[in-house]
Amino acid sequence: MLNRRAFLASTAAGLVAAHLAPAFAADAPQLEIFVPAAPGGGWDQTGRTIDQVLRKEGLISGSQITNVGGAGGTVGLPQFVSRYKGKGNSLMVGGMVMVGAIIANKSAVTLDQVTPIARLTGEFEALVVPAASPFKTVADFIAALKEDPTKVPVAGGSAGGSDHILFGLMAKTAGVDPTKISYVPFAGGGEALAALLGNQVAGGISGYGEFSEQVKAGALRVLAISADKRQEGIDAPTLKESGVDIELFNWRGVFAPPDVSAEDKAAMVKMMEDMTKSASWAEECKNRQWTSIPLTGEAYETFLKEDIVRIQGILKDLGLA
Amino acid sequence: MDTFAQLAHGFVIAFSPVNLLWCLLGTTLGTAIGVLPGLGPALTIALLLPITYQVAPEASFILFAGIYYGAMYGGSTTSILLNTPGESATIVTALEGNRMARSGRGGAALATSAIGSFVAGTIGTLGVAFLAPVVVKFALSFGPAEYFSLMVLAFITVSAVLGSSAVRGLASLFIGFVVGMVGVDLQTGQPRFTFGLTQLLDGVDVIIVAVGLFAVGETLYVASRRYAGKDEIVPLKGSLYMTAQEWARSWKAWIRGAFIGFPIGAMPAGGAEIPTFLSYAIEKKLSKHKDEFGTTGAIEGVAGPEAANNASAAGVLVPMLTLGLPTSATAAIMLSAFQSYGINPGPLLFTTQGDLVWGLIASLFIANVILVILNLPLIGLWVKLLKIPAPQLYAGILVFATVGTYGISQSPIDLVVLYLLGAIGFLMRRFDFPTAPVIIGMILGPLAEAQFRRAMTIANGDWTVFFTRPLSLTLLALAFIGLLGPHIWGYVERRRLKGQEAIPGDA
Repeated sequence: MLNRRAFLASTAAGLVAAHLAPAFAADAPQLEIFVPAAPGGGWDQTGRTIDQVLRKEGLISGSQITNVGGAGGTVGLPQFVSRYKGKGNSLMVGGMVMVGAIIANKSAVTLDQVTPIARLTGEFEALVVPAASPFKTVADFIAALKEDPTKVPVAGGSAGGSDHILFGLMAKTAGVDPTKISYVPFAGGGEALAALLGNQVAGGISGYGEFSEQVKAGALRVLAISADKRQEGIDAPTLKESGVDIELFNWRGVFAPPDVSAEDKAAMVKMMEDMTKSASWAEECKNRQWTSIPLTGEAYETFLKEDIVRIQGILKDLGLA
Repeated sequence: MDTFAQLAHGFVIAFSPVNLLWCLLGTTLGTAIGVLPGLGPALTIALLLPITYQVAPEASFILFAGIYYGAMYGGSTTSILLNTPGESATIVTALEGNRMARSGRGGAALATSAIGSFVAGTIGTLGVAFLAPVVVKFALSFGPAEYFSLMVLAFITVSAVLGSSAVRGLASLFIGFVVGMVGVDLQTGQPRFTFGLTQLLDGVDVIIVAVGLFAVGETLYVASRRYAGKDEIVPLKGSLYMTAQEWARSWKAWIRGAFIGFPIGAMPAGGAEIPTFLSYAIEKKLSKHKDEFGTTGAIEGVAGPEAANNASAAGVLVPMLTLGLPTSATAAIMLSAFQSYGINPGPLLFTTQGDLVWGLIASLFIANVILVILNLPLIGLWVKLLKIPAPQLYAGILVFATVGTYGISQSPIDLVVLYLLGAIGFLMRRFDFPTAPVIIGMILGPLAEAQFRRAMTIANGDWTVFFTRPLSLTLLALAFIGLLGPHIWGYVERRRLKGQEAIPGDA
């Protein structure tokens, strides 16, 4: 009886999904998207949005999405490398978090083994403080940090993640020993936000999207954002403008498996370029508060190498690698 | 009065035929996935997210809310009948529920859990509608120090489930601590007890531990005793539904469970498991039928925790709707669904998206009614499962547990862990160690550790922080009373009695 119920449940879910898939275009290729994270997170949404937009634009007939979650993508990565080797129609979603996780987890398989295709989106980070905080500018914050870093607890995501990395970089740039900073990691954005709203910590660092509504409601104040330039609708300077020379995007991109042919690689790069130029991609990015920062081919490869070096350096300074 | 008007308007939206159908679909789907150990509401909603491209926001949130509440109902069914918890919030239900099912009161256990879920779900939803702004203020006053003190209190109260031997109970609790520590340490990013396996970096899922210890361990134990002629299951004794006496024993537990579950669920780091532990401990303490706990199964021990987990499910919606804070995996995915409509959930949600929010709240009331109507007639059907002869029934449980575990993350390592834990569960059962403390240790241990370390980081290593913050001190004082109170009381009683007796012989 149980099994029949389970079967009915999965059939029902399948029917809903099938109903949503538009008719197949005969000539467009079929894509395989590999998401090294559980359904629902940022990478998964990236994968599903890619599928959605490419189908809408008629660039593919459909795609199959596979999720293998765990440990910042380091569980999925080895599987992608071994199982998808040479398959020119497959893409893996990944990003800065994976770079950090590979270093911190001392993963045997690294991003050197896959083929970088494109950087797609990024989420810049924001440094915020509760409305009642005495800190009005980044300078106030840095001054307090210099005086005694242990007195400035900052909330963010898990240790070694993008939030922690940014805090470490800020301390280092200001001449404060990164091992002395007081970073309070929380499992999810919600918990970190609650600690900020409850005035439990001095400040918080996370993707701006996590804070935007609280900022609008006046519960939190943004001191600075980690973007390259000022952003429309955000009343805060960049870190660079505030005298802290750091730019950081929690970027997401796609990779092809190892050993794909040059034609397949070029076709994939072209498809991603077409996608990022489309109006439906722009709209999805706007809805999801992703900043579109497309970068393909060799430029992407160079960027990736530099980012790996930078992250490796700061994780070492933080004592995590 | 304004709230009533808005709620009434919400009912108008929720009662449209299309939305009612979505609600029915959601609750049915939710019940089904709740039954399966591997599929949770978070994963199901994530897989259904593409639906947000096709239907109106009201409809999809009504569907998601139905799934969310439905899973809470469904999870208890397998806990009670098969000792295989479908969700982490229903692990405690298995303790007494499965005992009841074995002694012929499975129908009553299922009924009290369905009706209790309805009562608590309704109380919780009323809380969301009328008390959200007040509750959320209270919840935010909890910082890491307060959470740690709350965990200390929870540890003290759950000592009730340690069983007759404190040493064995504590040994089990510590096994739970170790299992809970497997994986990357959140505070430092370093792996612990992973033996170099990447699959263990994210830790061991509590569902796998519960299913391994309870279902697989139990099956192995029964198989080993096959010819000893013991451990018989009585399919049904007496009435299928609850007797008058069982009603009398249940209703207070439902109410108490609801009032424990709702506020803790509303706390950003509260969760659904802790209230079930607390409710179980309280019901055991207050019960007049203590002899039934752990033997034939006490109905209070099912009614209370089941009510608590449903009320906490409603509580989770409070920070989500009032502040845009996702405090559970399901809430986080519902929030990302808001985003695909271009709606940013936050403190202004109630004012900017009034129709949506009140439609959602109204549909939660409706979902509760549909769920109780859906689940009560099914009890007769479910109970028939117990009539299956033991070898086939246990074989089925094993298949079910294995498939469900594989479904969690399609990892073969999980299956190895499941059967290792099954073997441990068998040995524990054989040598009379209680298994419930393992689960409690596994859930509470890492939480207490994380909150303790956060509190220490914020306070810069000053441990007096737990005593200088009033709320934290209060919780610790309660824990202290809970720990020493019974002993002091016992001592005073003895002194009094001894004193009276001592007088004659004094001269």
